[in-house]
Amino acid sequence: MSELTLARPRTPRRPAARRNNFELYSWLFMRISGVALVVLVLGHLFIMNILDGGVHRINFGFVAGRWASPFWQFWDLAMLWLAQIHGGNGLRTVINDYARKDATRFWLKVLLYCSMVLIIALGTYVIFTFDPNITD
Amino acid sequence: MAGTTAPERAGTSKGGGTLYRGDLGMWSWVAHRITGVLTFFFLFAHVLDTALVRVSPDAYDKVIETYKNPIVNLFEVGLVGAVLYHALNGIRVMLVDFWAKGPRYQRQMLWAILGVWVLVMIPGTYFMMVRTVSDLFGGH
Repeated sequence: MSELTLARPRTPRRPAARRNNFELYSWLFMRISGVALVVLVLGHLFIMNILDGGVHRINFGFVAGRWASPFWQFWDLAMLWLAQIHGGNGLRTVINDYARKDATRFWLKVLLYCSMVLIIALGTYVIFTFDPNITD
Repeated sequence: MAGTTAPERAGTSKGGGTLYRGDLGMWSWVAHRITGVLTFFFLFAHVLDTALVRVSPDAYDKVIETYKNPIVNLFEVGLVGAVLYHALNGIRVMLVDFWAKGPRYQRQMLWAILGVWVLVMIPGTYFMMVRTVSDLFGGH
């Protein structure tokens, strides 16, 4: 009788289940951003690696020529943000799946979020402040 | 995704207990993870090297030269192959999720995207490597 009154005594303490739809929106975001990234990233890889000599024609002047156009600036900005958030969210899932200790999971995510903020901030800064006449 | 491969499992030789593990759908999922993680790590390095345009044209050009190295060139083919698989399989995942008949055709769609992958990678590899190969063996 007594064991019936003990409600799962070994259940580890954990925060109450999330009462929001974060994981649903995250799932949806992966698909919506995925569609956009198919175009943005495959287009980028095609232009940079395959078209017209591929990687061998890339240098500072090539970048300057492309970022002279707001179209390619916006392309690269959208690609940067979407790829970082899409990839970061993917890595968040991977960390959740494979990290065994709570502390490991926590610190890996701290590292992940720091790298995402760093890369998005740096990339955005570079696209907006690019100066084709920068001097050595 | 998890339940989509279940009916097919009955026809395979290994034990009947596991519905998903070991099936083709699992390997497409494993490959999706690996290509995704690799691409994310490359992206980290790639934004850093591109940021050198903000330092000086010389610094940028020097680092970009490494991309033209034959070995690195080979890695670029691998990167394009990984991203292309991830993109094609991502489209397949969306069709499984949103298309009413998607789960039924998930296996055929996997073979279809692998076919597309091969068809794109053959000319893709050629155009990515042609300059490197002619520089190495062309005798100029």
